[in-house]
Amino acid sequence: MSGGALEWVRHSPLSGVLLTLLAYRIALIFSRRYHGHPLANTVLLGAVIVVLTLLALGMDFQQYMLGAGFIQFLLGPVTVALAVPLYNNLGRLRRNAVTILFCILLGSASGVLTAVLCGQLFGMPHQVLLSLAPRSVTTPIAMGVSEVLGGIPALTATFVIVTGIIGAVFARPVARLCGVKDDVVLGVATGVAAHGIGTARVFQLSETAGAFAGLAMGMTGLFTALLAPLLVHYLLP
Amino acid sequence: MIETFIWLLGYQFVGEVLARSLGLPVPGAVIGMLLLFITLVLRQELPAALRHNVPTLMTHMSLLFIPAGVGILAFWPLLSAHPLAMAAVLLLATLSTFLVTLLAMKWLSQPRRTQP
Repeated sequence: MSGGALEWVRHSPLSGVLLTLLAYRIALIFSRRYHGHPLANTVLLGAVIVVLTLLALGMDFQQYMLGAGFIQFLLGPVTVALAVPLYNNLGRLRRNAVTILFCILLGSASGVLTAVLCGQLFGMPHQVLLSLAPRSVTTPIAMGVSEVLGGIPALTATFVIVTGIIGAVFARPVARLCGVKDDVVLGVATGVAAHGIGTARVFQLSETAGAFAGLAMGMTGLFTALLAPLLVHYLLP
Repeated sequence: MIETFIWLLGYQFVGEVLARSLGLPVPGAVIGMLLLFITLVLRQELPAALRHNVPTLMTHMSLLFIPAGVGILAFWPLLSAHPLAMAAVLLLATLSTFLVTLLAMKWLSQPRRTQP
């Protein structure tokens, strides 16, 4: 490829969009071939393929985001769309509403507590602990809470993504290990522990699990925004 | 497809405006989701534009998180101080949060079915 053409590739939004779609498509093939094996996770595999391609092309993250930003933009409308599968599961929601709400509240609190306690166990510095506290909720909420607590929002954003990928990878194997067969149970736990990335993962398994993961993700975000400052104030005076 | 996106972007728009004008700590899209859910419950019916296109959209939700996954690289210098300890913290914390919620849900939601 001539220098001019390569320059165009690096700076065109087209590259980021096409690369993301191709990486996702390839990750999907792997995921299907290995029957949804946890490590053949489409976000993890897709991101690895993109990163390797960026390195090969000499593109940096800002250049990639010129195009990938369009794909990321769709997270907004797709989050709104979570209302539809939830509506389709209205009957199940009505039957278990109190239990679900209580478990989401419990899970939200343990999301903050486990992050701070595990961080302390490994001797993490104070500001890292503050950045860890809101890591189990969707990125915009987590970054906002991190700022309020006095953490580093960019560091929190990284923790959020890693948390989501860990949750997406382990959700089904751990649920099976615990003998959980109910999609509502799987969905709520995944949405609480692994926000949108976990929700996207369980949508590949069942619409019901996805619906409840989406609900749990939204409620956990709300509860964490309200609870995290109180819990952190208590844990890290 | 056009109508589907008018519904979704419209609710997101209203959510974003509400979040900002009321100073809510939740993203506009999450408020949009709750508003759309309330609308559907009140209407007691799913508009065709949402019934046909949304399920396909949801199965490919993972695609939308690939840019964020790639973004970890951009912030790698922030993580590289203790990468292994950091990974261990996140693994432990995420698994325990998942387990607490999973087991609480399991024990509370089906007390009748566990009896023979």
